[in-house]
Amino acid sequence: MSHDHHAVEIPHASMRDYAIGFVLSVILTAIPFWLVMEKPFAAGVTAAIIMAFAVVQIVVHMIYFLHMTPRAEGGWSMTALVFTIIVVLIMLAGSLWVMHHLNTNMMPMPHDVRQIP
Amino acid sequence: MNTATLARDDAPVRFYELDEHPHPEGHSTMLGFWIYLMSDCLIFAILFACYAVLGGNFAAGPGPRDLFDLDLIALNTAMLLFSSITYGFAMLSMQRNRLRQTQIWLGVTGLFGLAFLSIELYEFQHLIHVGATPQRSAFLSAFFTLVGTHGLHVTFGLVWLVTLIVQLGRHGLIAANRRRVACLSMFWHFLDVVWIGVFTLVYLMGMLR
Repeated sequence: MSHDHHAVEIPHASMRDYAIGFVLSVILTAIPFWLVMEKPFAAGVTAAIIMAFAVVQIVVHMIYFLHMTPRAEGGWSMTALVFTIIVVLIMLAGSLWVMHHLNTNMMPMPHDVRQIP
Repeated sequence: MNTATLARDDAPVRFYELDEHPHPEGHSTMLGFWIYLMSDCLIFAILFACYAVLGGNFAAGPGPRDLFDLDLIALNTAMLLFSSITYGFAMLSMQRNRLRQTQIWLGVTGLFGLAFLSIELYEFQHLIHVGATPQRSAFLSAFFTLVGTHGLHVTFGLVWLVTLIVQLGRHGLIAANRRRVACLSMFWHFLDVVWIGVFTLVYLMGMLR
C-alpha cells in the first residue's frame, strides 16, 4: 500500500537534537543537586533556583526529546498541552492556596478538650 | 420576481464532501497517545498537589532530611536520563531502518530502566525497614503514592519495552511497529519529565525544608 509510508507521522529526530537535549539535561540536573548538597546559598534562594532549573529542564525535554513544535499534529498537540498546563496550574495553585488558608485558620487543637478554660 | 431569482443566482456555490475519505490505519494514534499522556499528566498533578499540601505533616515522625539519601537519588536520576538518551538512539536506528540496532538500544534502555526501578525498590525497602512506612504520616503516605505511581509507570513501560523487542523480532520494522516504538518513546520521555518534578519537589526541596 502506498499509504503505508505516510500512515504515521513520526516526528523526525536527529542525533544533534538528542545530543543537545542530553547535555543540557545533565547540566540542568547536576547544578540543582550540587546546590542542595553543598549549600552555597540560603535555603530560600536555592529553592527558587532549583525550581527555575526544573521548569527549564522540562521545556528542554519537551523540545529535544518529545519533539514538540507548535506545528506538530496540525497544532493539536500544542493545544492539548496548553490546556493541560492551564488546568494543572489552576489545580496546583488552588490546592496550595486553599489548604494553606485552612491550616492557618485552624485553631490549635489540644489533645484533651476538657483542659480548655 | 426577477430580482429574487437574480439574488439566488449570485449566492456563492458551495460544495460539500459527503463521502468519507479512507484514513490510513493509525493516522491519529500519535495525537491520541499524546492526549492520553496529558490525562496522565493530570493524575501526576493531583499527586504533586497532594504532596505539596501534606508534605510537611510528619506526625512527629521522620522527615525528608532523616530519610532521603541524595547520592542515591542522583544515581537514580542519572539512570533515567541515560535511558532517555539510549531510547533516542533506538529512534535514530529505527529511522535508518536498522532492526537489530533498534532492538539493542531498546534493550539497553530497558536495562537502565531496570536499574532505576531496582534503586527505587531498594530505597523503599530501606524506608520501610527503618519504620518510615506509608502509614507513618501524611508526608509518607503522599510520598509513597507519588513516587510509587511513577515507579509503577516505569514498570509498565518496561513490560511494554520487552513486548516491543519481541514484536520487532517477529515482524520487523513494519508501520505498526514503528508507530508503537514512537508511542513508547513519548511515554518514556514523559516519565523522565515527571521525574524532573519528583526529584526537584520531593527530594531536593525536601532536603531544604
